[in-house]
Amino acid sequence: MTTKSERTGRRPSAIEKIAADPLSRRRFLAIGGGTASAALLAACGDDEESSGGSETSASTTESSTTTQEMKDKMASQFGEGDLGIVNYALTLEYLEAAFYDDVVKSGLFKGDDLALIEMIGMNEQEHVTALEGTAKQLGDVAPEPKAKFPLDDAQSVLELAATVENLGAAAYLGQAGAIEDPKILAAALSIHSVEGRHAAILNQLIGESFVPDGPFAKPADMDEVLKQVQPFIVS
Amino acid sequence: MSTQKLAAPELESVDFEPMDRGSFVLKGAIAAAAVYGVSAVGPLVRGAFAQGSSGDIDILNYALTLEFLESAFYEMALKETKLSSEVKGIAETIAKDEAEHVTALEGTIKDLGGKAVKAPGVDFGEAFADEKTFLTTAITFEDLGVSAYNGAAPMIKSVDVLAAAGSIVQVEARHAAVVRFSNGESPSPMAFDEALDMDAVLKAAKPFITS
Repeated sequence: MTTKSERTGRRPSAIEKIAADPLSRRRFLAIGGGTASAALLAACGDDEESSGGSETSASTTESSTTTQEMKDKMASQFGEGDLGIVNYALTLEYLEAAFYDDVVKSGLFKGDDLALIEMIGMNEQEHVTALEGTAKQLGDVAPEPKAKFPLDDAQSVLELAATVENLGAAAYLGQAGAIEDPKILAAALSIHSVEGRHAAILNQLIGESFVPDGPFAKPADMDEVLKQVQPFIVS
Repeated sequence: MSTQKLAAPELESVDFEPMDRGSFVLKGAIAAAAVYGVSAVGPLVRGAFAQGSSGDIDILNYALTLEFLESAFYEMALKETKLSSEVKGIAETIAKDEAEHVTALEGTIKDLGGKAVKAPGVDFGEAFADEKTFLTTAITFEDLGVSAYNGAAPMIKSVDVLAAAGSIVQVEARHAAVVRFSNGESPSPMAFDEALDMDAVLKAAKPFITS
């Protein structure tokens, strides 16, 4: 039995250590240098960092190569800039919506559990609709991937749902700093926290902590997120 | 100033006016001053007029005030409210998270060269009378916390501070979901969490702040 962190492949967070250790609190501001995913956040604000402190600048410079690579990757797969981020998010939401659709049809759940799953599925469908509309405004909409999920029994489905939601929340968090348009950032944040809500409840249902990362949620970058969802994509 | 309506069913209809941090804080402070008097928001107004990186510090102090409030709320609830073992466990986890948010925000403000606000005086009224009242009030605080961070985050200048705020708001959302569920309510009542501006948040928090 793998633990959740192994399954989602998230790295230990610098921010978490900082909270536990007052001496390293200074690094709270330098988390951009701590993980590859946060590095994405750090360097994307370069053009706005006119009068940033020396600590911030240092971590920004340090991580700029990784960030550029990741930006290029995203651009080639999903589109440039905010469009790429929106299409990346849309791809994840397509998968989530399809998953819950399949779960509801599977007949594995009834009563309160079914109602909860239907509610989450409806949230995801609304995210899909909203992100499709936004992507359309910005350019080309990402194609909906064909997906297949293992639906063996209720427990493993709930575990997969929890994994997917924790990953989704981490994926949004991983992009927050890279979004240029404040309206799109605001919208992404309003989805991000809903994914966090889903993750918390599903974690609780499978007997895991509702705050598996502790007081500070960890981000995930595109590479690790796509690696996690790849097994479910058929085409 | 009016609340920005970000909890729209469709992203394209999100009514969000991009402001810089100064005007976000200033608008909130002016609106709050109209309601609570200038002395209550003096530091925020001064910060908003100042140039440079003061905007992020003001937003962090605003977040810190809310975290102080939450932290005190759970600490007192654990002492005063008779809780079932399940809810007690949840309250203990949340109390620890909020206390760590306080510590992290204080440290960040200091590191940015700012001065962290002090913990406000609090009065939670009858919130600790029983588990049900505690949960209802906890829901108010956690949903408010999510909306406050989501409303302020687009105004944050530093990507590092934004990353930290994002990291915290997800945890607040997780708390919100769990206290809602414990109270028999939907963990995510809307597909898009509402964002509130400072004025709306301070108005909602005001009844619990005595100084």
